[in-house]
Amino acid sequence: MSKSAESVKQMPEMRKKPKIHSFKLLGRLLSYLFHYYKGRMIAVFICIAVTAASGISSSVFLTLVIDKIITPLAHGTPYEELRMTLFYIIGGMGLMYIVALCASVFYNQTMAIVTQGFLRHVRDDMFSEMQALPIRYFDTHTHGDIMSVYTNDTDALRQLISVSIPQVFYSCIAALVLFVIMLLYSLWLMFVVFAGVAMMALVAKFVGSRSARYFIKQQDVIGKTEGYIEEMMGGQKVIKVFCHEERAKEDFDKINDELCDASDKANAYGNILMPAVMNIGHFAFVLVAIVAGLLVLFGAENLAVTGWGAFTGAIIASFLNMSRQFSLNIGQVSMQINSVVMGLAGAGRIFELLDEKPETDDGYVTLVNANIAEDGTITESAERTGKWAWRHPHRADGSITYTELKGDIRLFDVDFGYVPNKIVLHNVSIYAKPGQKIAFVGATGAGKTTITNLLNRFYDIADGKIRYDGININKIKKADLRRSMGIVLQDTNLFTGTIMENIRYGKLDATDEECIEAAKLANAHDFITRLPEGYNTVLRHEASNLSQGQRQLISIARAAVADPPVMILDEATSSIDTRTEALVQKGMDALMKGRTVFVIAHRLSTIQNSDAIMVLDHGRIIERGSHEQLIEQKGTYYQLYTGAFELE
Amino acid sequence: MIKTLAKSIREYKKPSILSPIFVAIEVILECLMPLVIMEFIAKISPTGVNGAEGVEMRTILIYGGILIGMALLSLITGMLSGRFAARASAGFAKNLRKDMYYAIQDYSFANIDRFSTSSLVTRQTTDVTNVQMAYMMIIRVAIRCPLMLIFSLVMAFTVNVTISWVFLALVPVLGAVLVIVIFKTHPIFERVFHKYDNMNRSVREDIKGIRVVKSFVREDFEKKKFEAASEDVCKDFTLAERIMAINGPVMQFCIWLSFLLIFLLAAILTSRSPANPVGEEQLTVLIMYASQILSAVMQLSMVIVMIIIARTSGERIVAVLNEKSNIVSPENAVKEVKDGDIVFENVSFKYSANAEKFALSGVNLHIKSGQTIGILGGTGASKSTLVNLIPRLYDATEGAVYVGGVNVKEYDLEALRNKVAMVLQKNVLFSGTIKDNLRWGKEDATDDEMLRVCKLACADDFIQRFPDKYDTYIEQGGTNVSGGQKQRLCIARALLKDPKVLILDDSTSAVDTKTDAMIRKSFREEIPNVTKIIIAQRVSSVQEADQIIVMDGGKIVAVGTHDELLASNEIYQEVYYSQNKIGNPGAAESKQGGEENE
Repeated sequence: MSKSAESVKQMPEMRKKPKIHSFKLLGRLLSYLFHYYKGRMIAVFICIAVTAASGISSSVFLTLVIDKIITPLAHGTPYEELRMTLFYIIGGMGLMYIVALCASVFYNQTMAIVTQGFLRHVRDDMFSEMQALPIRYFDTHTHGDIMSVYTNDTDALRQLISVSIPQVFYSCIAALVLFVIMLLYSLWLMFVVFAGVAMMALVAKFVGSRSARYFIKQQDVIGKTEGYIEEMMGGQKVIKVFCHEERAKEDFDKINDELCDASDKANAYGNILMPAVMNIGHFAFVLVAIVAGLLVLFGAENLAVTGWGAFTGAIIASFLNMSRQFSLNIGQVSMQINSVVMGLAGAGRIFELLDEKPETDDGYVTLVNANIAEDGTITESAERTGKWAWRHPHRADGSITYTELKGDIRLFDVDFGYVPNKIVLHNVSIYAKPGQKIAFVGATGAGKTTITNLLNRFYDIADGKIRYDGININKIKKADLRRSMGIVLQDTNLFTGTIMENIRYGKLDATDEECIEAAKLANAHDFITRLPEGYNTVLRHEASNLSQGQRQLISIARAAVADPPVMILDEATSSIDTRTEALVQKGMDALMKGRTVFVIAHRLSTIQNSDAIMVLDHGRIIERGSHEQLIEQKGTYYQLYTGAFELE
Repeated sequence: MIKTLAKSIREYKKPSILSPIFVAIEVILECLMPLVIMEFIAKISPTGVNGAEGVEMRTILIYGGILIGMALLSLITGMLSGRFAARASAGFAKNLRKDMYYAIQDYSFANIDRFSTSSLVTRQTTDVTNVQMAYMMIIRVAIRCPLMLIFSLVMAFTVNVTISWVFLALVPVLGAVLVIVIFKTHPIFERVFHKYDNMNRSVREDIKGIRVVKSFVREDFEKKKFEAASEDVCKDFTLAERIMAINGPVMQFCIWLSFLLIFLLAAILTSRSPANPVGEEQLTVLIMYASQILSAVMQLSMVIVMIIIARTSGERIVAVLNEKSNIVSPENAVKEVKDGDIVFENVSFKYSANAEKFALSGVNLHIKSGQTIGILGGTGASKSTLVNLIPRLYDATEGAVYVGGVNVKEYDLEALRNKVAMVLQKNVLFSGTIKDNLRWGKEDATDDEMLRVCKLACADDFIQRFPDKYDTYIEQGGTNVSGGQKQRLCIARALLKDPKVLILDDSTSAVDTKTDAMIRKSFREEIPNVTKIIIAQRVSSVQEADQIIVMDGGKIVAVGTHDELLASNEIYQEVYYSQNKIGNPGAAESKQGGEENE
């Protein structure tokens, strides 16, 4: 927590809101969707087209039934003569509906599969992409922001893909079919319908865009309210102790009113949208009726693309039906405005995550199992030998040399800055021989953690050189470099699962015995066996069922099972009370034996026996030496040690 | 449950009632309109009852006028009902949040312990939103659909009885399918939310522990773990969504079937009595009613789903509202705390009535006004529990606690807590400037007063070093000050109350020994009359106290001065020697020196 805060402070605001180009975004989203489900999506679109066309064609059948059956019947044609016609009409209609129904079932089912499958692909892609991102990304984005891409933004996509996109496509096809039918029936009435449609579209756009805007604002205020409530609930006991209840209520009322206002506006526009569009649809409907009536009254000839003809009741009836369908479709589309806007905003943030540049790795030196002969020659081994070596291919002549993994780490004149122009580490040189313990002491922000971040290449140095067993660490494959270093942090970061699984995290193929051995080394075995479920105890909610000290012991065991030659202990004991610390310290000492260790600690007692202590101030090493040497110097370390100086 | 929730509607009763009224008017208009249209079509249709010759300008104008008037009225009522529904539901949600928040403000510590912070936040946000949406649906759609259904059916029957039987037959079919869908999907949703939580936890743990993941090179391992969780979610959601995807086609099937039957029946009916044909006007209207009726059924099913989701949320809200604080000020409460004299008389305490073990038992204690008391003991020794009883944050289960000679239960809570200042172990600073935070202690504190308490708490030094001094902005959770700075600000904040009793519950653990000593010195010199109770891990923090209380397992095992305890008490000796290695005084310092949590 504090670590990331530390580095964030040193970086400019990196997260900027990208301007959303809706169409570009929609295009990208669709091509992403087609990437995974090309065949199915094409089939879905075809089926939607079939369904929409069939649905609209009801109007044609309405005309047919009236013209060919009802009217003749009313004029005295005997039923028997018309029976076959009726049979064809109803049969054709039924057949079309059956086809359409099959298409509808198919596309609805397919879309259900496609939507959830696509969301899964999106999540998997994001997660996979995220694993490759540099630590810098996590330091510059709050965890809440990253989480909400997986939850809110991905959920927003669901509605967009499963409902909005098919609906809009359906409506487009329906509009097209309606247009064709109208052309065939009556141009005059078509113009009237168009006028109504234009009016509806305008109103839908006006109300819909406002509704979407206020919904987004409501989202913002909800976030703000949530933050406020979270802070207050967390401090509820302090509120009680200070009798601050009344003030807390006043402040809450302000933000609560703001949320109510935003929510009121958003929902009001949302609620108005449908009645507005539908009733304008009614106007259009009435308009069609009036114009039709006037045309009939003045005996005007009907004009269709097929030519001039007479108005029939069938045409009027089906036109009224069509104008109604038009408005229904526009109503449906307008209801999707919110989900389209929110979905695209979510898609924008998803793409932003996917577009982040992954960590680069140009390393080619790898870590291999090795056999070391008595004369020192190293040969690669396919099996686990307990000895490791760096496999170093030389590009110039194609030869391969092997260097034994020992844990010798040297920093030469290293400069570093989280941002290019702001150097936070200056001329840092450290020589750690295999098996040595190096300690860092200094105030918050002095650069202690920063140095360890450079060793395992969470960040890359700006200038200078770091060598690991004599090899420039830039040449080492990152995964192998990190595998050769263990790390224990103040934040234990245990995962949900059993204790055994958590220890095994250090070495995935470790046997139960190896894990128990590591736990014994870390002094964790005793308390684990005292738990009712022992090693099978399931850790939940960030292992809150264990004390901080116990958690720390497990994280030490986790590092121990990995058995790396180099260890980094970053404030591993600072949040433990002094009594528990004695216990943890024993585990730590056992772990450190025989390894190159870098320790960061606030409690000077834990680092007194280091081979070298580096006192850091504002990114520079200001004192270095053993405990005794530094005490003799009577410098900063001496002042810290005697308590004359406070670390902050 | 509904009764409790309904209490929060209050001033939003008016829009809550107006909305359904306007909805009803809108529905009636919408159902009548097709009838008028039918008449209209019959009048203007060249093939209709009148024939082309009968069309009159007047008829067109009258009917057109009526229809436009109806559409206009329907537009207005529709918009108004939407407007009022939004207002009513947003206001209802506001009141619910407010009632919950206010209720929580009145909670005692025992009440607060019963809910986790995150669950209180969810209840006030997500749960309220769910209830808000359901409420809006209820006063608008839930009223609209049944009305629409009934009116449309009635109207359809007035148009054509035989054909209307088609609708009556189709409504139960559609309704049954929808109900089945709801009952099939509901358990899947219940189940899938757990899996969804699983998946989110996998992401959260990965983000939080990204340094561990990368150091152990476990990226692929994490990917596999996540993909398994995400596949799990995908499977269930797909199943649920596929079942729900039956809705659309079934709806279409019903509509189309009704068209088919209408046409067929129309033809048959006309053939039976050609003099009385089922003309285009009737067909148009019946088709309109068909879609109105079926979409009403559809929407009703959506409302039912909303209500099911909201029911659990409603229960969770009611749980907060119904939780009553057991600690309230008595009538005729004592408003004056005389001095800082504290007496514990046979006090025992357990956190809940059905807990087996007492957290505190048989405590008898007398602390004189102005004394400095140290409390020492391991974790779980109930040190905090003991001091929590003094400002009546909890009530003693047995026995009584007296402050200034009066039982704490007789005090006005605010008066008592203002004079018994407590610095909690889990300190919280709030987002705002340092001054804002200090004013929690005293709302109208002057700059001089703040300066004085900050000097007392040794906080002035570092505050002056900040560029913005006392106006420095503290981030949420106090993340931009160090642990030791935070603790000193919290002490200063408590001192501003000008208390008679000051309790520091492990409040200087992150402060270095030297500053810790300075704070104690200034307490001794500047506020000698205040009773000071100090809980600490370090012996050095309590060494010079008038009395030191050693606690273990919920009992007081020894009371005495440093020298007495060092001579007689085993626990005290053990703690003392673990922190002060004999023959190496330097080590003792080092153990404590710079014991600062970042």
